[in-house]
Amino acid sequence: MHAASDMRPIIRHNSASLALPDFRNLGTILRILLVVNLMAAVAALVREAHWDRVASAGFELAAAVEPQLLAVLAILYAVSPRLSRLPYATGAAVVAAITVVAGIVVFVLIDPLVPQPPGALLRQLILALLVCMALLGYFHLRAKALSPAITEARLQALQARIRPHFLFNSINAVLSLIRREPARAEEALEDLADLFRVLMRDNRDLAPLADEVQLCRQYLALEQLRLGERLQVEWHLQSMPADALVPPLVLQPLLENAVYHGIEPLTSAGVVSINIFYKGGELHAILRNPYRVDGGKHHAGNKMALANVRERLALHFDAEGVLESRVKADAYEVHVRMPYRTAGSAAGSATGRQPGPSRAVGGNGGAHHRSTIRVDVGKTEVFRG
Amino acid sequence: MADAPLRVLVVDDEAPARRRLRELLDDCSAVLPIAIVGEAANGREALDVLQAVAADLVLTDIRMPDMDGIELARHLLKLPQPPVLIFTTAFHEHALQAFDVNAVDYLMKPVRMQRLLAALQKVPRLKPLTATRLDQLPSTARRFLSVTERSRVVLVPVEDVVYLKAELKYITIRTVQREYLLEESLTRLEEEFGPRFVRVHRNCLVARDFIRGFERRVGDEGDAHWEVLLRDVAESLPVSRRQQFVVREIGRENQ
Repeated sequence: MHAASDMRPIIRHNSASLALPDFRNLGTILRILLVVNLMAAVAALVREAHWDRVASAGFELAAAVEPQLLAVLAILYAVSPRLSRLPYATGAAVVAAITVVAGIVVFVLIDPLVPQPPGALLRQLILALLVCMALLGYFHLRAKALSPAITEARLQALQARIRPHFLFNSINAVLSLIRREPARAEEALEDLADLFRVLMRDNRDLAPLADEVQLCRQYLALEQLRLGERLQVEWHLQSMPADALVPPLVLQPLLENAVYHGIEPLTSAGVVSINIFYKGGELHAILRNPYRVDGGKHHAGNKMALANVRERLALHFDAEGVLESRVKADAYEVHVRMPYRTAGSAAGSATGRQPGPSRAVGGNGGAHHRSTIRVDVGKTEVFRG
Repeated sequence: MADAPLRVLVVDDEAPARRRLRELLDDCSAVLPIAIVGEAANGREALDVLQAVAADLVLTDIRMPDMDGIELARHLLKLPQPPVLIFTTAFHEHALQAFDVNAVDYLMKPVRMQRLLAALQKVPRLKPLTATRLDQLPSTARRFLSVTERSRVVLVPVEDVVYLKAELKYITIRTVQREYLLEESLTRLEEEFGPRFVRVHRNCLVARDFIRGFERRVGDEGDAHWEVLLRDVAESLPVSRRQQFVVREIGRENQ
């Protein structure tokens, strides 16, 4: 359960420690491809005087650059988990070395096919190294620019995550129990304490999904205390990979929204449903609540919470963390997707992109090490891995 | 007279909050005679209760489904003898910033017994909220219009209104079923409900949802004008020359 302490998400930085980007992240890869090809385009623009020749020169340059670029990216993809364990300077040196070696190998392979002018190798290597350094510099600056945002996000978590209404109404509900049902009052205060413990701690590291689910259960129990029968909750966790690592408080604020916008405006009972599952290397969570067109009274607050979660997903997973919301008939649906990470994969083992649980069920021999996981989330539930 | 208990109605959508207030009122009743005349889970229920039993004081939450506390306050004014109203709220709401914290107008949840008692003791000397006072609250559009008929408050859901037509002192509210008379200003209603209604004439607002179409009519003297055709109501309303642009505007939207 405390795996969070020994793993490192992609953009975790204290001001003192540096880290290389995650070369397996789609966002990182796209950025590298984009920057290198842009540089080729700029070079073509500088070299050629006539517009009609700029385009062909650009393609030529891009074609010349591409083999080495793709080779380097492939190697970095393969060794990324190992790289992330090295100190930053060593890691950067290894990346530079990979660039040079890949450059030489690609040159040797291509030379017999397309004869290169003398001295071309040295020129190409110097260029490649410069581009590599520029990119490392860029990622370094980007990480630096983003890390205060993490602190900011955490501060925001403390200030805006739980609505003050919820706190005071919950305390009021507990007060109403003390005289008649002291045992229930005790339980409610314990839930409240747990909830605030999580809200007030440092939430920058990824945490096990099972913990988040447990927190959501406690939160919903408190809401049910206030709202009684009006709040019905449906959990669909049969295919939830409980060992997945997620940004803490990724679901709770979304549930808070669901209750605030979906249940509280109803005079009758309403259902909030939570469906968490693994699919295609990704962890999915779909939350649904009743939706009523109501002049968009509470729209602003809703957007703020969604933006907050979206931002944190982006900080942790870049382009691979996605939050989408839509209205489906009379239901409001939020769909969260993020890469499936476990303590093992994130710590950088060679099996970083191991096949996930659903593929194991799909029946590739059952050789997978996770067949069944038992997780204690409220009632004990069994998850097939 | 001094012995007549203070009649209180408790309004909150959360059952535990109502229970807590009851407990506190019980505690207060050791000092001050109190009679709890009822409970309601939203403004609409509260109004129903108040039509049946009289109350001196309504303790109401603000944020409730169906009809919130502020809208309740507005409709209460139409009762023959409006009770005093005190808002109970969990957090310093934006809506209440217009009110003085030291006034008795609102109590913070969780409410302290001493604070509640002090408020209750002041009730006989307090006057009901005035409409001017309520206008200071940045409230959202009402969900009901209320009219007084034979000293009862009748609620007309805004979504049932086909048109609002100013006539002499009153405004006629037309629903599919019948007409009601309302004593308010058409301009204020237009501001409050915004895009729900279209002004087709100096004295008339029509609900967009009830517009079926427009028809060109030629009068006896050969002068032509547009008429609004209505859904579910066999009536049509003239569009004034000044408002003729709405014909094109709505015609375009409906294409």
